[in-house]
Amino acid sequence: VQADGTDGNCVTFVLHDEDHTLGNSLRYMVMKNPDVEFCGYCITHPSESKINFRIQTRGTLPAVEPFRKGLTDLMGVCQHVLNTFEVRLLLKSSAAF
Amino acid sequence: LPVPLSVAAMAAKRGTDEMRDRVVLGEFGVRNVHTTDFPGNYPGYEDAWDQRRFEEAFRVDVIREEEGVLEFDMVGIDAAIANAFRRILLAEVPTMAVEKVFVYNNTSIVQDEILAHRLGLIPIKADPRLFEYRNQGDEEGTEIDTLQFQLKIKCSRNPQAAKESSDPNELYFNHKVYSKHMTWVPLGNQTDLFPEADFRPVHDDILIALLRPGQEIDVLMHCVKGVGKDHAKFSPVATASYRLLPDITLLQPVEDEAAEKLQKCFSPGVIEIQNIKGKKVARVANARLDTFSREVFRHEGLKNLVRLARVRNHYIFSVESTGILPPDVLVSEAIKILMGKCQRFLNELDSVPME
Repeated sequence: VQADGTDGNCVTFVLHDEDHTLGNSLRYMVMKNPDVEFCGYCITHPSESKINFRIQTRGTLPAVEPFRKGLTDLMGVCQHVLNTFEVRLLLKSSAAF
Repeated sequence: LPVPLSVAAMAAKRGTDEMRDRVVLGEFGVRNVHTTDFPGNYPGYEDAWDQRRFEEAFRVDVIREEEGVLEFDMVGIDAAIANAFRRILLAEVPTMAVEKVFVYNNTSIVQDEILAHRLGLIPIKADPRLFEYRNQGDEEGTEIDTLQFQLKIKCSRNPQAAKESSDPNELYFNHKVYSKHMTWVPLGNQTDLFPEADFRPVHDDILIALLRPGQEIDVLMHCVKGVGKDHAKFSPVATASYRLLPDITLLQPVEDEAAEKLQKCFSPGVIEIQNIKGKKVARVANARLDTFSREVFRHEGLKNLVRLARVRNHYIFSVESTGILPPDVLVSEAIKILMGKCQRFLNELDSVPME
């Protein structure tokens, strides 16, 4: 991870060894944050597995905050999906008996 | 609180609702493709991320679970995350596959490299979670990251075959090399680590090569743990795909001949014809079965009677495993891998000070 920007509000993170899998889902979670004015990601070159992830915040909130919140929210989503999925599988297999 | 709205306002609200949660298939293109429900886009809608609201709206329904195939629905999630799961299932769930083939003797007509390529593609029934990744630059392989298989087979002539027979099955022994001829050779203390395990290819009847008398194959194979991103042989799914739930609405009542024609335009079971007061009336019975061939748009009289759309946040996943791991385990692993990626960046954020 490398960060680089003019002030704390507009930061471009360079995420190594990542592609659309994390890029798009993280972008979605960060966009859902009302403090974020702009969020986008791009793949610098298809031969390199590296993405530029840019966050611009409204006001004076440091851009690292929505990034961190986005990651935590995404983890929360995955955890809930995993729990729901496993519960449904258990219900289905026990209902079969 | 539901505020009473005027008719025009209701129509406008229906329009935005449609834009928000349906992807509409028009005659010449698809509209409303991108998710637009981000905070600030629609006044009056609460779009900021709320874990509790997500959990209330989210559900998973397992539709069909047969050996190797799992079909389940995920409702209430966005395309970005559903696609992330699909991409991880295809490319980032690790498996074991043959990586290095040590050829001691190969006098068959299958070239060494072709034989090695074919051996690499054979799915090996070994739980990848029991193994580690091989370290970079490690040529030998230790018992915690490598599985060794041997394929040693020689074709010979059958002395008891009838003189005039031309059936190779009768004339020769071992002329077809199947994956069942691959045997596991335990390395180091693997017999103690895996006492009841029986590592072998998933299917016994994969034809590897054909031989004739005098030809033999004697190879030693090393299997390592890898991911589909590196080589497609490591992909644990035959395929994993999703589609959005179709949503077909009849804009006007359709009767008689038009109803019959409409029924033929869709996949069987989607439109059913009911007899109401002597007239045949069409009704959408089960939109889920449709494959959206857009046949309706080819008929002038029918194309304005229906609206073809898809529900934006209802994903019908279909995961078909190659047999290494059951598909429900694969989905759980994929979700855990996405969590692992997030955790990795959270740890980096916390450890590296941002300037």
